[in-house]
Amino acid sequence: IFLMRKALDRPPRRAHEVSQSAFAFLFSELIQYSQTRVNTVEELQAKLEDAGVGIGRRVLELACLREKSSRRETRVLGILQFIHSTLWKMLFGNSADSLEKSVEHDDEFMIIERAPMVNAFISGAPCNCAAFVAGIVRGVLDGAQFPAHVSAHEHEDNRTVILIKFAAEVMEREKRQA
Amino acid sequence: QKAETEMSAVRLNRAGDTAFAKVEKVSSELFSLTYGAVVMQVIKDYEEVDATNAQLEKMGYNIGVRLVDEFLAKAQVSACQSFQDTAEVIAKVGFKMFLGVNAEVVKTTGDEFTLQLSDNPLAEFVELPEQYAKLEYSGMLCGVLRGALEMVQMRVTCTLVRDVLWGDDVTEIRVVLQEMLNEEYHDDED
Repeated sequence: IFLMRKALDRPPRRAHEVSQSAFAFLFSELIQYSQTRVNTVEELQAKLEDAGVGIGRRVLELACLREKSSRRETRVLGILQFIHSTLWKMLFGNSADSLEKSVEHDDEFMIIERAPMVNAFISGAPCNCAAFVAGIVRGVLDGAQFPAHVSAHEHEDNRTVILIKFAAEVMEREKRQA
Repeated sequence: QKAETEMSAVRLNRAGDTAFAKVEKVSSELFSLTYGAVVMQVIKDYEEVDATNAQLEKMGYNIGVRLVDEFLAKAQVSACQSFQDTAEVIAKVGFKMFLGVNAEVVKTTGDEFTLQLSDNPLAEFVELPEQYAKLEYSGMLCGVLRGALEMVQMRVTCTLVRDVLWGDDVTEIRVVLQEMLNEEYHDDED
């Protein structure tokens, strides 16, 4: 199902913010609704992640529509920087705190956000809602032709770590371009 | 009496602006896109337009019954004297405080009013494909109003009557008062 304006031909909206509360109510209702249709916490996380994937694909299109140039990211670092700054600013107000490369695995990268994210909106959430953010990242990567496995991990200090493991074909393409 | 109405409109606008200025905010794009994801999930689960419309309204109702407490706590408004007062408060303070947009009250009679939105964050970036031409995409707002008003003892019906997604110039919700509910106090034994 494709619900998106093909071109931003309408004048841009005057306001660019809504209350966090409106988002929290909406997100909470999404969780409640999803809970009625699943049996396990893992299934709930998967549903939230799926919701995120759709968002990721659409926000990528939106960002591309806005940039006048039709330059497409073809390098891993390019797409990661896009996610770490452009995407994060659009959705969360600021660039993510850091972008790191794994020392052990060539195909693994991490986006780290120190400020509490989605989970802060929902107190007593029944699951790791950062799965939603992981889904958004995966949607962007899928849409940009960088298939990857993406997972989110929340640490005690409210840090969220989004772990990205690129598919072999991405790393091979990367080597060819080097 | 006109001057009085204008004064109170100014006061309500200010109350709305103040309330919105004080709250934490998030990107309206995050909100719009998340709402889109919710709609798509409901469509996927219910498939058929009428059932989807009903489910979105119901989810809105669930939100409305919880949202009203926050509204009453944060909005600096005095008790409404009439249904029309209620309309103005919803339009100028409620919509502003939560969605950051101004709504207008149009077409009022004693027991009904219509809210007009020229700007609707729920429907940003959206175009309805042919097979969903009758989708009440922003129907969740109707449910929110219904739920919130029920908590303040008003049973209403809310209907999306115009929508920019349907090709109209504006989005409009008609709210009709069905009955005032009396608070009933039950003994614990009941």
